[in-house]
Amino acid sequence: MNAVLLSGLLGVVMMFASFLFKTKAPVRMLAILGILLLLVVNILESNGIRLFHLDTTGFLAFSSYALFFNTIAIACTLVYFLISSKDMQKAGNHYAEYFALIFFILTGIFLVTSFTNLLMLFLGIEIISIPLYILTGAAKKDLKSNEAALKYLLMGAFSTGIMLLGIAFIYGATGTFEIAKMNIAGLAKSNLLTAGMLLLLFSMCFKVSVAPFHFWTPDVYDGAPTVFTSFMATIVKVGIFAGFLHLFYSAFEPVALQWKLWLAILAALTLFIGNITAVFQQSVKRMLAYSSIAQAGFMLFALVALNETGHEGLLLYAIAYSLATIGIFGVIAKMTDYSFDGFNGLATHQPLVALCVTIFMLSLAGIPLSAGFLAKFYMLKAVIQSGDYLWLVIFGVLMAAVSAYYYFRVIQAMYFKQGPNHFSGISSFEKYVLVGICVLIIFTGLFPNVIFGWLYF
Amino acid sequence: MPINYYITLALCLFAIGVVGVLTRRNAIIVFMCIELMLNAVNLLLVAFSKMHHLAKGAAATAGSDGQLFVFFIMVVAAAEVSVGLAIIVMMYRNVHSININFLNRLKH
Repeated sequence: MNAVLLSGLLGVVMMFASFLFKTKAPVRMLAILGILLLLVVNILESNGIRLFHLDTTGFLAFSSYALFFNTIAIACTLVYFLISSKDMQKAGNHYAEYFALIFFILTGIFLVTSFTNLLMLFLGIEIISIPLYILTGAAKKDLKSNEAALKYLLMGAFSTGIMLLGIAFIYGATGTFEIAKMNIAGLAKSNLLTAGMLLLLFSMCFKVSVAPFHFWTPDVYDGAPTVFTSFMATIVKVGIFAGFLHLFYSAFEPVALQWKLWLAILAALTLFIGNITAVFQQSVKRMLAYSSIAQAGFMLFALVALNETGHEGLLLYAIAYSLATIGIFGVIAKMTDYSFDGFNGLATHQPLVALCVTIFMLSLAGIPLSAGFLAKFYMLKAVIQSGDYLWLVIFGVLMAAVSAYYYFRVIQAMYFKQGPNHFSGISSFEKYVLVGICVLIIFTGLFPNVIFGWLYF
Repeated sequence: MPINYYITLALCLFAIGVVGVLTRRNAIIVFMCIELMLNAVNLLLVAFSKMHHLAKGAAATAGSDGQLFVFFIMVVAAAEVSVGLAIIVMMYRNVHSININFLNRLKH
């Protein structure tokens, strides 16, 4: 609860910061201090210490899982600020406003992880989406950024329409927006409910770019300024996924038989299309867009499984995927050439950066000892525990093997090829942050119990 | 009137909106079609709200949450339009066109 209000407030503060401070450095410091404050307040709230209390019964409920997810989102945003906040200056002139929009997006993520009312789900998704349209179009003179923003806006608004139709059908069938009062199990035969549920399913698939609703993703991720692609591909996507899981776990579990098969097929299709198309990309940025689609396929496993392990797996996935992708995008934002050839010989020019990128790629590919391996392991374990869809597990493992090809291509380019330096320089502080992310990834991979200890105790 | 009439009308409007989004090339008209989709949903919500009110009937406020939802949709739609028109203006300044066929640079 506290984090929701505080992040909205911080957004407003950041808007005022643009004319309080003449230079960029204090704005950046203020944003980093703000996110640190948010992190502290949220951790305090997870331990039962609230600054203030508002009654949100019937709209929001902050379970320990939701609070922990929020902590992960805030911590990842902190890491993102530390590594990429300087590069945001390259995107456009409105530096402080970008931070403001990011704080607003965080507010939306907190709503989406903890709603108990479909109204809050709708508002949360929109609070996430609308600032993102602006961030996507931040480079106003860049035609690619314009195009990405318009495409994202049209697709986003279209999927919102579909989602609203779904919510309206569910309201028609149940007579309430409150999930606890819906009595879904008693209405299992209702056509209106089934139609509404499937419309909601498809619109959420749009939002998290699950195939065949993924076609906007590569263009938008490619066209948006790289720093903002980093934010949208990681924290936002994972946040909406938490909402997706929350919706289908808390509301539609009684009628799981009606939608589970759809989701299993969509997961398989997403894994296939994401991984196979990523193999053929020439630009690392675009490859990462397809890799994010492929990783979304794995995250869907949590929804197919619908059990405790799936929830834990999604948490691990959130950490592993967000950290590694934020790190890679932090490096790409400093490159002048986004193609695979741009990475040629990076290991001789910047050995430490190349090592960090290698660890990120290994984690994304799911090599043991990294957080990515454990995340994939938990997802597969969750589906096996749920009993059905063994074919999906086998398919997932095969596709993880395919994904290793395009992740290793970057490593091969860095270490076994020679080329001119396309790296525009990195401060020593940012190097420390990169190393810190690597340490976090390996630590999570070795001691996942620490994470779960936090969640349960 | 039976609720099915309202559902049919709302679905027709929604379908017109969807077809418009998929076939028209002018960004403003595409945007209007999206608004049509949202308004079809508004109509449906209000109709369902009345239906639940008549079905429950005991309290005067029964079924009113559907109408409340409509206000939220209107606010969000207005926010979306303000951002959307800004983006369209930004694009018009750069390419002097609002035809969405221009949206193909990223394919290459």
